[in-house]
Amino acid sequence: MSIDTKTAGRVAKLARIAVPEGELPKLADELNGILAFMEQLNEVDVEGVEPMTSVTPQRLKRREDVVTDGNQQEAVLKNAPDAREGFFAVPKVVE
Amino acid sequence: MAELSKLTIAEARDGMRKGDFTSVEVTRDCLSEIEGSGTLNAFVHNTPEIALAQAEAADARIKAGDAPAMCGVPLGIKDLFATKGVETQAASDILKGFKPEYESTITQQLWDAGSVMLGKLNMDQFAMGSSNETSCYGDVVNPWKIDDRNLTPGGSSGGSASAVAADLCLAATGTDTGGSIRQPAAFAGIVGIKPTYGRCSRWGVVAFASSLDQAGPMTKSVRDAAIMLEAMSGHDPKDSTSSELAVPNFEAALTGDIRGKKIGIPKEYRLDGMPEEIEALWQDGIAMMKDAGAEIVDISLPHTKYALPAYYVVAPAEASSNLARYDGVRFGHRAKMAQGDGITEMYEKTRAEGFGPEVQRRVMIGTYVLSAGFYDAYYNRARKVRTLIKRDFEEVFATGVDAILTPATPSAAFGLGEMKDADPVQMYLNDVFTVTVNLAGLPGIAVPAGLDKQGLPLGLQLIGRPWEEADLLNHAYALEQAAGFVAKPEKWW
Repeated sequence: MSIDTKTAGRVAKLARIAVPEGELPKLADELNGILAFMEQLNEVDVEGVEPMTSVTPQRLKRREDVVTDGNQQEAVLKNAPDAREGFFAVPKVVE
Repeated sequence: MAELSKLTIAEARDGMRKGDFTSVEVTRDCLSEIEGSGTLNAFVHNTPEIALAQAEAADARIKAGDAPAMCGVPLGIKDLFATKGVETQAASDILKGFKPEYESTITQQLWDAGSVMLGKLNMDQFAMGSSNETSCYGDVVNPWKIDDRNLTPGGSSGGSASAVAADLCLAATGTDTGGSIRQPAAFAGIVGIKPTYGRCSRWGVVAFASSLDQAGPMTKSVRDAAIMLEAMSGHDPKDSTSSELAVPNFEAALTGDIRGKKIGIPKEYRLDGMPEEIEALWQDGIAMMKDAGAEIVDISLPHTKYALPAYYVVAPAEASSNLARYDGVRFGHRAKMAQGDGITEMYEKTRAEGFGPEVQRRVMIGTYVLSAGFYDAYYNRARKVRTLIKRDFEEVFATGVDAILTPATPSAAFGLGEMKDADPVQMYLNDVFTVTVNLAGLPGIAVPAGLDKQGLPLGLQLIGRPWEEADLLNHAYALEQAAGFVAKPEKWW
């Protein structure tokens, strides 16, 4: 599998990272180099092997479905680049 | 009193308890060493007011008696740990100005034990790198120097390694996703342990690859690693993957007696083109363990070769998901927008400006391997290979092997900038001996074991059974005693 500039552009878009048109060929090259390295995994016989979901055999713990935290509006908004009237502010999303 | 910053944790603890010196004195000495260490670029946010206030409180506690071992010990904290009210940037521009409203569990445990925060330490951006050249603060310089070149301290915990080796602090926190504690520890001639996955809470540690990330101490001795790891460990209800197992007294396990223990030597770690000196160091290590009374056995970990490629699927996949939160909305940097830009342009510009090139590359690789049509071919296959890598270790441990001895790195520290034109995969090879341990969730420790011909430190790695850090530390202690590594970098900075 190899990545062309169109695919590189699509990946950048999916990752929400702006990559100028002119830099897409270089990006495609770099991604191809890394993917070629990963191709080695095709040599391994993984027939019947379970994909790992947890490195230590443990069940995730459950807890009571109760409020344990909250009422921290000021702290939550403290680091926002743009917070107004108790909300995060973003550019207009809906016309 | 001069040179207090050179103390180990154990020496400082004992000296403070005896009243030979105070935490304030040790802290002041560290602060003055940090002041003069700008060229190393290890400390990037200094917190002298916090440090002195904590040191005064620690002295009062020590005076009152029954203070914990870490009380009054001045530490450097990797920039990946959230520290309340203090810059926490993961060495990235995307978190510029971020001052968390909360404290990571590990640092909170250290402060509760009375430790002192000197400041935040440089690192590779989002812990992605092996040479500390991807930081928004600039490169970190290794205090070890043999000619006019500046050498890398390794990465990603390069600031931690440099600071401890240069005696700017008594010890530092690090994190390790593929070797980020052990590789820099080896490059700087110090000790670094990555505990079993789940031993330390990940809460409040900026996430890179959540199934691999573990924090651990970087210290001047194995004893210090034991003392500090104990203070960092333990169950945390806020991290659902943190273990409820009791934390043993790690220091008490350090007897140095490894008679009758079985040490495995994996043949797959003997790489083509490996420098002769690394091979020689490994052989020396084997001889030392043997002399200490251990039994040496040849073992095979057949899937070792596939660990790095599996890692470079799994880690970027998890990173692309974890780093989705950096969107310019809730914290950190937001790009200036042009007329007509909508929310998508805001995300795209913010992330393009905020993330460095290596971070962008890994987020995009992760996005690709998780995308429809490739998920099975890459991500699921890598997770299956990961199962096989873990099985390799389980089978070896099932034969009664107590610990596995390997080199820590495939070379000594290299020059900053020397890998600039190499393709990214060349840099990834730095983690060839360490990355298997993260994939299998095992504890691993790097111990300085000798100098190469040029006079640069080299480290050996010991890998232990899950949750048996105490036994692993004891093996490391025996190795440390046998190696007798006492070299220090000469001060030039």
